Amino acid sequence: MIEVVAPGPYATVQDLGRPGLAHLGVPCSGAADAPGLRLANRLVGNPEGLAAVELTYGTARLRFLDGAWVALAGAPVTSEAGMGAPFWVPAGGELRFGPPAWGLRTYVAVRGGIAVEPVLGSRSTDSLSGLGPEPLRAGTLLPVGPPQGEIATDLAPPPPPRPAVLRLVPGPRDDWFVPGAPAALCARPYRVTQDSNRVGVRLRGPELVRARQGELPSEGMVLGAVQVPPSGQPIVFLADHPPTGGYPVIAVVRDADIPVAAQLRPGDEVRFTLRSHH
Amino acid sequence: MIRPAGEHGLLVETGSLEMSHRLDAALRDAPPGGVVEIVPGPETVLVVAPGADRERLRARLASLAEDVREGAGPAAREGRVVTIPVVYDGADLESVARLAGIPVDEVISRHTGRELTVGWLGFAPGFAYLTGLDPVLRTPRLETPRTSVPAGSVAVAGPYSAVYPSASPGGWRLLGRTSTRVWDVTADPPALLLPGVRVRFERVSGA
Repeated sequence: MIEVVAPGPYATVQDLGRPGLAHLGVPCSGAADAPGLRLANRLVGNPEGLAAVELTYGTARLRFLDGAWVALAGAPVTSEAGMGAPFWVPAGGELRFGPPAWGLRTYVAVRGGIAVEPVLGSRSTDSLSGLGPEPLRAGTLLPVGPPQGEIATDLAPPPPPRPAVLRLVPGPRDDWFVPGAPAALCARPYRVTQDSNRVGVRLRGPELVRARQGELPSEGMVLGAVQVPPSGQPIVFLADHPPTGGYPVIAVVRDADIPVAAQLRPGDEVRFTLRSHH
Repeated sequence: MIRPAGEHGLLVETGSLEMSHRLDAALRDAPPGGVVEIVPGPETVLVVAPGADRERLRARLASLAEDVREGAGPAAREGRVVTIPVVYDGADLESVARLAGIPVDEVISRHTGRELTVGWLGFAPGFAYLTGLDPVLRTPRLETPRTSVPAGSVAVAGPYSAVYPSASPGGWRLLGRTSTRVWDVTADPPALLLPGVRVRFERVSGA
């Protein structure tokens, strides 16, 4: 059992979410930076999709009522455990996390995984629909599952931050915008606003001007969609994005760059590019 | 037309809800390899397939869309009719009557008088947009949405009706409430109202 002493600004349990239920109105949810979760799990010998704690801007404290192997990945934070290697926390031990040196979301995996009750096949907190466990609070107790597999000797020192550049696939609704809009999207950086969350990264910058007025009939939305509400200021959809929406999507962030988007902090600058390499 | 939706998604334009239902049914009948999500909308079906060969999938979707346009393939998946008992005591019954220019009793008889069809789900888990509402009952959403609408609330907005699957904020106009659970995470499937299901509301007296 793990006791949350302090969750920091926002912390949740996350696994790989609830794929396959979008047609029932269920967001996929799951770790915002899925490769970060997978890495943290691999380091403690877990299957990659077990549930872990997703910290937002670190500054949390966790007390381990039983001894446990833990590993951290994602945004690098200071703690007794260090990043990117399995670390033994003895019974009664506490991990105190500082703010990340860069990035926003850190994954704290525990050997055996966080074993809260799954809902629709997942232990993820879905901040949009409310499915899954409540966000962590001081005093929340998290059960740990039985260990599976072996810890392989492994070390994954945190990589340097990736450039804040998001590569795009145009469409599906780029034709709802004036011909210069994709160029405008890529011409100058956007700034990440304070109201960004697990649903999406909200941006402020050059306005994306529509060529068509009226309403788009509601349609399926994908992870990484750059949706443009009437304000003309884009939103990049993250894990808890709504499965359907009625604002046009000008372009979609490439899969490999979703973790970059998920690690953007309010105040950060980010660029878009339509070229496939940078 | 089939539009790209990122590296793993293709958005098929069906042009109508009926064609969306037919294509959805055909895809669920025999899902192409690698497909994770099939999301029908009023004029589109989104297909997400991270593992699939994109060009093969595009060709397959184009040919399926052509088949369903010509009337081949399975009919819209669900022929079921679900009857939903409603206590018509909603907070917006009067305002809907006023906006429609008809007495409250007529709001109820028009709401129960037609069979509706589940168009698609969205907004919240299990929230089904019911199409086929009597046009007289078309009213705009509330200007200020309620911060919490109880689960089981039966409501209308624009050309749609719906049953709130769980408590949530909401701007639809409330006509009444039902004891029928349209969303249950322990059920399989968790949603009672799936695309294509037909729905009939039935007036019952309240407790």
